[in-house]
Amino acid sequence: METSAWVILIAAIFTNNILLTNFLGMCSFIACSSQIKTALGLGTAVIFVMVMTTIINYIVYHFVLVNLNLGHLQFIIFIAVIAAFVQLVEMFVERFSPKLYFALGIFLPLITVNCAILGASLFMIIRNYNFMQSIGYGLGAGMGWALAIVLLAGLRQKMRYSHIPEPFKGVAIAMVVTGVLAMTFMGFAGMVSIQ
Amino acid sequence: MADNKQMTCATCKPKGLCGGKGLVTLKDGAWANNPLAIQVLGICSALAVTNRLENSLVMGAALIFVTIGSNLFVSILRKVTPHRIRMIAEVAIIATFVILFDQFLKAFYWEMSKQLGPYVGLIITNCIVMGRAEAFALQNPPILSMVDGAANGFGYAVVLAIIGFFRELFGTGEIMGHKIPLFTDMYTPNQLMILAPGAFFTLGIVIAIFNIVKGPDKEEKK
Repeated sequence: METSAWVILIAAIFTNNILLTNFLGMCSFIACSSQIKTALGLGTAVIFVMVMTTIINYIVYHFVLVNLNLGHLQFIIFIAVIAAFVQLVEMFVERFSPKLYFALGIFLPLITVNCAILGASLFMIIRNYNFMQSIGYGLGAGMGWALAIVLLAGLRQKMRYSHIPEPFKGVAIAMVVTGVLAMTFMGFAGMVSIQ
Repeated sequence: MADNKQMTCATCKPKGLCGGKGLVTLKDGAWANNPLAIQVLGICSALAVTNRLENSLVMGAALIFVTIGSNLFVSILRKVTPHRIRMIAEVAIIATFVILFDQFLKAFYWEMSKQLGPYVGLIITNCIVMGRAEAFALQNPPILSMVDGAANGFGYAVVLAIIGFFRELFGTGEIMGHKIPLFTDMYTPNQLMILAPGAFFTLGIVIAIFNIVKGPDKEEKK
């Protein structure tokens, strides 16, 4: 059965949000979500890198690794592709758009270790997406991640003025709030579904 | 990435020779600087695989294996690795161990490997492994690095097991697939606990409990 790329895109944003249902990219999610502006910058960078790396990894996996019967090397190849791509983008942006470089610059290296990026590539392989579906998934997953981090940043900005029990301050309350956020996203369940 | 407090802590109260230092390292990694609850590293997998105790235990074992192995090799190679390419060298070493574990699971525990899905592969981007290699193994001799890897892996595994235990208990009323009497007769299992929000709530509460036990003085938020 072929699921259309659009359905996958919508599903990856709402019902199968990579952060709120698959828990990927939590580290930078918690660390960089204290301000909306930072969250937006990181979110944009993630969307871009995620789409491009899923495309490249799709090509590398299906045309190189499968042909050479080296499927088990996928982890190391994927992470190398991601690291190389991020490095390339960084150099490219620095050369041609210094303004964008200053806006995105600090977030780019962080993305290499963002598990959501690697996770998206791995999910793409496990779920046997074809090329168009992979693009849809990469775009949707990136947008879903960006949406979640911006939402949490907004909530955390408001929370700065509220009374939080001492032991919950910082990360603990962020986790609980993320839990509530995940519950609201469960409301989308059943709208569209992939696997 | 991870802080260097570990280093100062390990040296500021030396108890004898390497044995004492090893002990401090062990305690530091497993409790005082617990990678999950105190430093909040590597939470992706901590949340994703803890819907069952069994999965949590396997994941904990995987991480112990990978941190010990990667710390050992990063430490052995620390004097010959050029500083500029150390990151990629670390990633390559870590990925090698992750592939080993993944192939092992696929060969002997196919069911488990299918349940864990991509999360075994995602150990590569688990900040704990990279953080230990970067913060500890690069400056310390191999044996001590192995101890550190074991301690941090162990600290992670324990927290994982705690979360997995409570999520499975409250979510399904079972432990490792065995029904727990009280929880199946008098309590209706709450599906929410094995779904995503339950994971977030449980981890939030575990972190808060660690904060209470550890006392309020350490304000080392990341």
